[in-house]
Amino acid sequence: MALLEVTNLGISFGGLQAVAAFDMTIEAGHLYGLIGPNGAGKTTAFNMLTGMYVPSEGNIRLDGVDITGKSPEFICKAGIARTFQNIRLFKAMSVLDNVKVGMHNRIEYNMWHGIFRDKVFREKEHEMNKKAMNLLKVFGLDERAEYAASQLPYGEQRKLEICRALASDPKLLLLDEPAAGMNPNETQELMETVRKVRDDFGIAILLIEHDMKFVMGICEDITVLEYGRIIAHGDAETVSNDPRVIAAYLGGDDD
Amino acid sequence: MEEKKKLKKTTRSNLLMFGFVIAFWAVIQVISLTGHMTSKLNGLLIPVCAYIVMAISLNLVVGFLGELSLGHAAFMSAGAFAGVFFYTTVGAMLPKALSVLISFLLGGAAAGIFGLLVGVPVLRLSGDYLAIVTLASGEILKNVLSALYIGKDSAGLHFSLKDQFSLGLAPDGKMLVKGAMGIPGIQKFSNFTVGIVLILITLIYVVNLKNSRAGRAITAIRDDEIAARATGLNLTHFKLTAFVPAAVFAGFAGVLYALNYSSLVADKFDYNLSINVLVMVVLGGMGNIFGGMIAAILLTVLPEMLRGFSQYRMFIYSIVLIVMMLFNQAPALVAWRERLAARVKGGREEKNETADASYFEAKKDAKDKESVKEEN
Repeated sequence: MALLEVTNLGISFGGLQAVAAFDMTIEAGHLYGLIGPNGAGKTTAFNMLTGMYVPSEGNIRLDGVDITGKSPEFICKAGIARTFQNIRLFKAMSVLDNVKVGMHNRIEYNMWHGIFRDKVFREKEHEMNKKAMNLLKVFGLDERAEYAASQLPYGEQRKLEICRALASDPKLLLLDEPAAGMNPNETQELMETVRKVRDDFGIAILLIEHDMKFVMGICEDITVLEYGRIIAHGDAETVSNDPRVIAAYLGGDDD
Repeated sequence: MEEKKKLKKTTRSNLLMFGFVIAFWAVIQVISLTGHMTSKLNGLLIPVCAYIVMAISLNLVVGFLGELSLGHAAFMSAGAFAGVFFYTTVGAMLPKALSVLISFLLGGAAAGIFGLLVGVPVLRLSGDYLAIVTLASGEILKNVLSALYIGKDSAGLHFSLKDQFSLGLAPDGKMLVKGAMGIPGIQKFSNFTVGIVLILITLIYVVNLKNSRAGRAITAIRDDEIAARATGLNLTHFKLTAFVPAAVFAGFAGVLYALNYSSLVADKFDYNLSINVLVMVVLGGMGNIFGGMIAAILLTVLPEMLRGFSQYRMFIYSIVLIVMMLFNQAPALVAWRERLAARVKGGREEKNETADASYFEAKKDAKDKESVKEEN
């Protein structure tokens, strides 16, 4: 059984069919890419997978559990974590606290333990701190633990967002344009980080990206969307030679 | 090691805060024991304590949850009326200490329930809408309480929202709540130490909540609701985790405040009071508990000190308020204060400063990059 099985997923806003007949199967531990021109519906698909939007039709199963139309909270607990196209960190909070919020549903204690600062509180906080610092170390952010998230440079903010998503212990990580706004060096570094995350954490990753070199470089399987519909699917070689994909990106002469 | 350092830093600033409260208590004790207590100062003590509790609790909503609530006085009012109603009726038959304690608990509970009733629908809104609805709910409670008549006779309790006569009291009856006249004949209870204990309890609660899992969830929601949802936080639950306790503490403050006077009227808790408390929170720096406490003291004492200026009183008060806001928030003055603080601290921290500088440079780079991206 695949980790994620999406069948015939679709959503319409008023009269506009943003995504239709979206099928996708993701195997545990694999790296997938979702590409397409601007406005193709990639982020909309992400929003349905994470419960931000309720799909109008279709079915999403994670590890055999039906998560179609469930709340983001439920889906996060079920094991899907994400990052955002325009970075969404908890800006005024410290880097460490950002990661600790990510652990919210993994290491729990009752509010009153916090008020009375009892043994449970101290143990759980210690556990959180240790885990969070280890995670930050993977991304080279451990030195920055006490900085406010907004103080980090752009590239590190992207990394911190991934770090926070990983803190929720996901089975599937969704990255929405992780390389946006990065220079070639940073992109290269990010590619290695993404690969490392997949290998070290053994999770599946689905990413949206415009940087073709990035996608072709690391994704084992690529799905191409245009106008809300899948136009191609396969490995980097197949997709990049598909005439429909080339037409979608370079503008076809079929109109 | 890093972790320990951080813990030390927050504990140190918290200890400073608790130390300040206890020092405040000690100074007042010394003043009163040496016989230097004036009646003016004495009359201010309980209001100051009540306003400090109000400012700390509103900070939970405005500073940590990041929602603008303009109805904090309503919770104070709910607490005051519930607590005092018990105190003047059933409480009158109990030993005083027990009666006061139960009054506080009932006041807190009533305010908490009112907070929950208001909070559940209101917290679905945000920004201006939330501010307006909290303001309105405060005014509603004020007007309802102003029209409330309760009397008691041999047949039991009588309620009316019309007037005294529609209660239909028997000749042996007694008015307990007299509409706009409120609850009269309160046997005053003003104990500064109780006020200080209440401040300490509020402080412990708020500070510890802030530095725990629930507190992080609350500030995460403030910083980015969408990301907070995606991180698996239950928004309604944590918004109420900030809102309801804030109401409960406002209720305690209401009981403390009301027991200091011989009668209690609902008009006292209007939007002016809500705004005043909000000014304390903003002046002290949103999310800055200690700052809010200082502002609460200043803004309670200041109008009293300006009484000598009679009709110019509010004029001077406003000017002082503007100057204080500028001193606290104007960028040039903030920079000047920081330079001053750095000079006082000496070169010991110099190394840290250069690290910060390089970091700000990095931050600038990131910003440049973003603007380049936008141009594209």
